[in-house]
Amino acid sequence: MALVNWLKRHFVVIAGLLTLGYLLLPNIVVTVFSFNKPKGRFNYQWQQFSTDAWKDPCGVADMCGSLSISLQIAFWATVGATVLGSMIAFALVRYRFRARGTVNSLIFLPMAMPEVVMAASLLTLFLNLGAQLGFWTILIAHIMFCLSFVVVAVKARVMSMDPRLEEAARDLYASPVQTFLRVTLPIAAPGIAAGAMLSFALSFDDFIITNFNAGSTVTFPMFVWGSAQRGTPVQINVIGTAMFLVAVLLVLASMVVSNRRNRQKA
Amino acid sequence: MATLTEAPPPLSPAAPEKKPPRKRGRFTPYWLLLPGILWLLVFFALPMIYQASTSVQTGSLETGYKVTWHFATYWDALSEYWPQFLRSILYAGAATILCLVLGYPLAYLIAFRAGRWRNLIMILVIAPFFTSFLIRTLAWKTILADGGPVVGALNTLHVLDVTDWLGWTAGDRVLATPLAVVCGLTYNFLPFMILPLYTSLERIDGRLHEAAGDLYAKPVTTFRKVTFPLSMPGVVSGTLLTFIPAAGDYVNAELLGSTDTRMIGNVIQTQFLRILDYPTAAALSFILMAAILLMVTFYIRKSGTEDLV
Repeated sequence: MALVNWLKRHFVVIAGLLTLGYLLLPNIVVTVFSFNKPKGRFNYQWQQFSTDAWKDPCGVADMCGSLSISLQIAFWATVGATVLGSMIAFALVRYRFRARGTVNSLIFLPMAMPEVVMAASLLTLFLNLGAQLGFWTILIAHIMFCLSFVVVAVKARVMSMDPRLEEAARDLYASPVQTFLRVTLPIAAPGIAAGAMLSFALSFDDFIITNFNAGSTVTFPMFVWGSAQRGTPVQINVIGTAMFLVAVLLVLASMVVSNRRNRQKA
Repeated sequence: MATLTEAPPPLSPAAPEKKPPRKRGRFTPYWLLLPGILWLLVFFALPMIYQASTSVQTGSLETGYKVTWHFATYWDALSEYWPQFLRSILYAGAATILCLVLGYPLAYLIAFRAGRWRNLIMILVIAPFFTSFLIRTLAWKTILADGGPVVGALNTLHVLDVTDWLGWTAGDRVLATPLAVVCGLTYNFLPFMILPLYTSLERIDGRLHEAAGDLYAKPVTTFRKVTFPLSMPGVVSGTLLTFIPAAGDYVNAELLGSTDTRMIGNVIQTQFLRILDYPTAAALSFILMAAILLMVTFYIRKSGTEDLV
């Protein structure tokens, strides 16, 4: 009875932690199998402990090349989407104009569309225009689908911002440029940073849209996809583990920074 | 305060009483919008039009395609691939429900019970976003491998007997069955459920729970009458964020499933990239889009949160 009562009392905690376990189980498996020494081509069965793959992460042909292409695309897609998206977000929050509703739905639609539909339609455009599929078509597509997410992130931040701060700056004879650079931008920065981080993650990890519009260019997700058929090298697990660690550190660092800022404010 | 209210008059006598009229202000929003909106029009809206035109074309890859308003492609596509459509809806629906059931306790835990662990758990939920989802999906192949510990445990508990009878698994296998695909879909889109749920739960005033308790509501009643209704916006956006991408997904069905678990995304992908039958692929993609938009509209109406979007 005591056990039943204990389970009842802690039901949420137990169920929540089980879900967290479900969420992290693949990451654990990826980490463990990055130390595996597989017999055949497929790294699905545990054979023997080895650190070979960690010592030579680029030892697989073309993998690090694809990684570098993915990083480049993610970087430029982030820059493009963040600039264009932030501009739209500012316009939507700060100004009343006609066509606001239309703009809002145009922003919302890409997020409500299954990726495969966007991917296929973009391919029909490129085919009809006779565009050469590759780096540029991937970049165009990534900026397109990251844009909406940046708008949402920046909008949320700018909306919660007190407009009187800018009025105060103007009252103190700051020029519009000064007001923007010294007041508006710093306050909007966390939203812009969140949008940029999201863009980077979305672009770097995107497979479906890239699969349709990449031509013969191989990004990292495309390399992983191909290797699932040919045989997965252990190095893929190494990269997966490293990415997870970097992500945890990055998020941790950003939280520390924002905490310190909040404390300074208080 | 006194010094502020008794501030000297403006230094410059020419200082305007009101805010300076912004001459260029009327067009500023349009300049701000122009590049981004143009991008979306050219690379999102225009492609849809191209796809619409492709779907009513006939011809072949060699002779070229021409618009012939051949609407029969839609009918042919639907009559040939309705099982895959149905399967996509079923799998995505199952994954969405599972995400809600699994994700709610975790979101609740982070919002109300985690205390100083809150940030750590949050990081662990977000971090997978930054690691390749393909690698993680491939890991499920290892987890659900034939004769592996998970399958062994399910077998010992006779769970597989039941799921086999229901047609979710096949014999001693979990991999290459519907269960594996739904498991992968659930896993992939779980964070998209947890984050909106957490956001709406976090906004709930904890005192409401206390008030419900003071009024002799059992925890279950408090949840049913207070917490859950107040978290509805999160439930609605979470289910949409899970269902829509899951219905169009082809990665999980390809990596964890078999030919019997092909979803409509797989068909569209094969038609577009391997068979190169563009009209059929475009028609399928439009039917998927229309079906999802219809269902989403209906769902939003039904759940009474139209102001959500």
